Amino acid sequence: MTVEVLLFASYAESLGECSLSLQLEPGATAGDVVGELRARPGGAGLPRFPMVAVNERYAPADRRLEPGDVVAVIPPVGGG
Amino acid sequence: MARIVSTALDPAGVLDLVAGADRGGTVLFVGTVRDHHLGRGVVELEYSAYEAMAELEIAAILAEAETRFSTVVEAVHRSGKLAVGEISIVVAAAHAHRDAAFEACRWTLDEIKQRVPIWKHESYADGSSEWVEPCATGRDA
Repeated sequence: MTVEVLLFASYAESLGECSLSLQLEPGATAGDVVGELRARPGGAGLPRFPMVAVNERYAPADRRLEPGDVVAVIPPVGGG
Repeated sequence: MARIVSTALDPAGVLDLVAGADRGGTVLFVGTVRDHHLGRGVVELEYSAYEAMAELEIAAILAEAETRFSTVVEAVHRSGKLAVGEISIVVAAAHAHRDAAFEACRWTLDEIKQRVPIWKHESYADGSSEWVEPCATGRDA
């Protein structure tokens, strides 16, 4: 299945892109997306358990993904 | 109403949104861009947001604040490039009495800082720049 991945701020800078599509096995989780990203060039700096959102809501790493889900990997936020 | 905006923020407009004849106390917080961070001179900063999610998170925080403190609360946050002294965030909380208004304003601001996907990129007087990540949230970061 295909999921869309969004990257922001320092994570986007490390991986060199803001969005990408990933092919995953059925039953893959949000944590699997992080694992795929960490294996990419520039991805080693990502923490193993960053904050993740699925379809614009925070989600745990074990959240099972559906085809077409949008997974955002969220660096520490700094608003205010 | 958009709460992540790329134009100058208007505190008076936010005050109007929480005003009401039954509310005798209103607390207004205005955050501005500071000229220093950890001892370095700041000349400019840029906020970027995951806008769709940031809007949802702020709306959820405001709804939670209204339930928790029985107040009327509103907040807006800037995006894009800001100069020193420009307003980055406005939070207003109104209640019949002052204590709840102060508490709700503070709580809302703290929640926004902790939960809303907005990031700050600071440019320093020495020509360097970096993403400001106030606290590591990854468990093994």
